[in-house]
Amino acid sequence: MGREAAAAAEKGQGGTAYTVEQLVAFNRYNPDILPDLENYVSDQVSSQTYSLESNLCLLRLYQFESEKMSSQIVARILVKALMAMPAPDFSLCLFLIPERVQMEEQFKTLIVLSHYLETGRFRQFWDGASKSRHIVEAVPGFEQAIQGYAIHVLSLTYQKIPRTVLAEAINVEGLSLDKFLEHQVENSGWVIEKSQGKGQLIVLPRNEFNDPILKKNTADSAPLEHVTRIFPILS
Amino acid sequence: MANDEERLQAQDLGYDPNFVPDPVKTFVVHLYRHIREKNVYEIHQMYETSFQTLSERFFKDTPWPSVDAVAQYVDNDHVFCLLYREMWFRHLYARLTPTLRQRIDSWDNYCSLFQVVLHGVVNMQLPNQWLWDMVDEFVYQFQSFCQYRAKMKNKTEQEIALLKQFDQAWNVFGVLNFLQALVEKSTIIQILEQEKEGLEQFTSNDGYDYNGGSNVLKVLGYFSMVGLLRVHCLLGDYHTGLKCLEPIDISQSGVYTIVIGCHITTIYHYGFANLMLRRYVDAIREFNKILLYIFKYKVYHQKSPQYEQILKKNEQMYALLAISLSLCPQSRLVDETVNSQLREKYGEKMSRMQRYDDEAFAMYDELFSYACPKFITPSAPSFEEPLVNYNQDAYRLQLKLFLYEAKQQQLLSGLRTFLKVYSTISLAKLASYMEVDEPTLRTILMTYKHKTHAVDSAGKIISNADVDFYIDDDTIHVVESKPSKRYGDYFLRQVVKLEKVINEMDSIKLE
Repeated sequence: MGREAAAAAEKGQGGTAYTVEQLVAFNRYNPDILPDLENYVSDQVSSQTYSLESNLCLLRLYQFESEKMSSQIVARILVKALMAMPAPDFSLCLFLIPERVQMEEQFKTLIVLSHYLETGRFRQFWDGASKSRHIVEAVPGFEQAIQGYAIHVLSLTYQKIPRTVLAEAINVEGLSLDKFLEHQVENSGWVIEKSQGKGQLIVLPRNEFNDPILKKNTADSAPLEHVTRIFPILS
Repeated sequence: MANDEERLQAQDLGYDPNFVPDPVKTFVVHLYRHIREKNVYEIHQMYETSFQTLSERFFKDTPWPSVDAVAQYVDNDHVFCLLYREMWFRHLYARLTPTLRQRIDSWDNYCSLFQVVLHGVVNMQLPNQWLWDMVDEFVYQFQSFCQYRAKMKNKTEQEIALLKQFDQAWNVFGVLNFLQALVEKSTIIQILEQEKEGLEQFTSNDGYDYNGGSNVLKVLGYFSMVGLLRVHCLLGDYHTGLKCLEPIDISQSGVYTIVIGCHITTIYHYGFANLMLRRYVDAIREFNKILLYIFKYKVYHQKSPQYEQILKKNEQMYALLAISLSLCPQSRLVDETVNSQLREKYGEKMSRMQRYDDEAFAMYDELFSYACPKFITPSAPSFEEPLVNYNQDAYRLQLKLFLYEAKQQQLLSGLRTFLKVYSTISLAKLASYMEVDEPTLRTILMTYKHKTHAVDSAGKIISNADVDFYIDDDTIHVVESKPSKRYGDYFLRQVVKLEKVINEMDSIKLE
C-alpha cells in the first residue's frame, strides 16, 4: 500500500511536488523514501534548517534495513541534533543507532561532546570541538547554535555573571567578546556592570527561571480553556 | 496442505485437531449467530467467559479444533473463520509455544483479517474488548517473532529455510503499515477532532455504531494508535510513539479507558516514553493516576483473564515511578495511597538510588530491566556463519543509554542536599563543602539547571526542580519551594463542583 502511494506521488503531474515533510507525515513506513530523506539531511545542513521528524524517520529506516545505513549521514544528523540543545534530540537519535555503530570513532567523539554539553562543561567542549574540526565544521551554523545553548543555560542559572565565565561558555574573548556584548546590550536587554576590581559583570535579563518573583506569577495563572469551562455556569 | 500437516500432528501430539466436542459445536454456532445478529452483549459474554471456560475444560494444553473442523457449523463463513482463527492462534500463543510455521500462518491470518476490514466489507459490531485484544495480540506476536528470530544460534536448517522463504511474515514494514492503514482508513483522527466540535459521536457511544453500520474499522483504527505507540517504544523511537498517540486526549476518559488492558498499556507506554524523553513530571503524573485507578478497581477484574497482566503492569509501573522520582524528586505529585504502596515496595531501593554510588546504579539497572518493554531488533537476521543470538541487543542499548543519563545526574543529589539547607551561600564555601573547585561547582550548578528544566512537546521550557536557585556573581540564592497556592485553579474547580451538586438536587423529585 505504502509503495503504491509513493509511486503515485512521484508521478504527480505538474502540480504538487511532495515535500519531504509530507512524505514523513503520510508515508513514513515506506522504504522507498529513504533517498529523499537522505537528500533532505544534506539540505538541512546547507540551508541551516532542521527537521527532527524527518531525521528520526531516516534513522528508523536505517534500523529496519541496516545494510543501507550511511555513517556519514548519521554523523550529520547527530551534529544537527547537538545543535538543537537543550532539546534531547541527540539522545533520541542515539536510541535508534545500533551499539556497534556507536562504537565507531566519529560517533564516540560526538557522544563525548554531547556529554560535555549535557554537564555544563563548556571549556572541555570547545577544546574537544576544536580537535574535531572535520566533524563539526561540515555543518554550518554549529558554533552559533552551541553558543545559543550556552547562553540558554546561563540565563537559567545566573542573574549576574562574571565576564570570564561567559567567555569560557561561548568561547569568545577579547575584542570579539566586546562586540558580542555590545550587540546583546542593544538587542537582548543585557546590562554591563563594573564590579570592584574583579572585571566586568554581565547582568542577564530576568526570566521565570532565574528570578523567583517572576516564577511565582507564572505559576498561578489558569489556562484560558479552564476558565471557559465555567462560562455556561456564570451566564 | 494444512490438513495433512495437522493429521500428522495429531499422530505426533496425541490429539485430534478435527475432533469438535459438543459444547464447542454449540459455542461456534451461537457465536456465529450472535455476530450475524449484532448482539454485542451476547458476543462479549461468549468471548470473555465461554471461550475461557471451554479452554480450561477441553484445551488446557492443546489447541482448539482446526478451523476446517468447525467451518461446517458456521456456513463456511469466510469472515467468521478468520475471527475464529485469530482466537485459535491467541489461545495457542498463551498456552503453548508456537512453531515457526504456526507463527507464519498466524501472520497470514492477520493479513487476511485486516484486508477484509480495510476493504470496508465487514458489517459487524464486535465488543471493544475483542477488538482491543486483536490489536494487542498482533503487536505481541510481532514482538514475540522478533525475539524468536533473533535467536539464530540453535535454529534448525528447516527453520532457516522457512525464515528465508517467508521473509515477509512479521516484517516490520508490514506490521507498521497495517496499523497505519487502520488508522488512516478509519479516519479516526478526523472523527475525534470533529467530536470535539460536536459534529461526531464516537466516544459518547463507546465507539459503537447506532446507525446500522459497523464499529469494527473505526475502533480498530482507534486502538491501532495505541498499537503504534507500543511498536515505536519497542523500537526505541519514543518521540514518534507519543506523536502517534497524540489524537487521544489522555487527560480525560475515552474509548481507551473502556477496556482496562488498553488503558494500562496506553499509560504504561506513555509514561515510559516520557521517562526516556526526560519529561519526568509528565511520567510521574500519569503513573500516579493509573496506579491509583488500578488500586481502586482491580478487585472488579479478579475473575477476568487479564488479571495477571494487570498485576504485572502494576508492579512494573511502581518500579518506573520509583525511577522517575529518584531522578526527579517531587513532593506534591503523588497521591497518598500510591505513595504508601511505593514506599512499601521500593522505599529502601529509592533511598539507595538517590545516593548515586555504584550500588545506586545497580538499583537503576535492576528496576529498569524489570520494568522496561521487551525491545526488539527489527531488521532481518544475517544468515551468515557463525549464527549468533542477538535478541538482547536492543534492550542492552536502551539500558546503557538510560544509565548514561542517570550517571550524568550523579552529582546533583549532593547539590540538592545543600540547597535544602541554605538560603544563600557563596560559591567558594559550597565548593569547599562539596570538595570540588569553583569552576567544577559552576558546571555542576549548570548541569542541575539544565537537567531540571525539560523541553516539553511544544518546545517550551518547563522547570521540574523541587529546589531551585539563581546565582548573583559569586553567591547562590536558593529559591524556597513553598507550594504556591493556586487560587485560580481551586476556585474554578469549586464553581464547577457546586453547579453539579445544584443540578443533581434540582433533578431529585420529592414525593
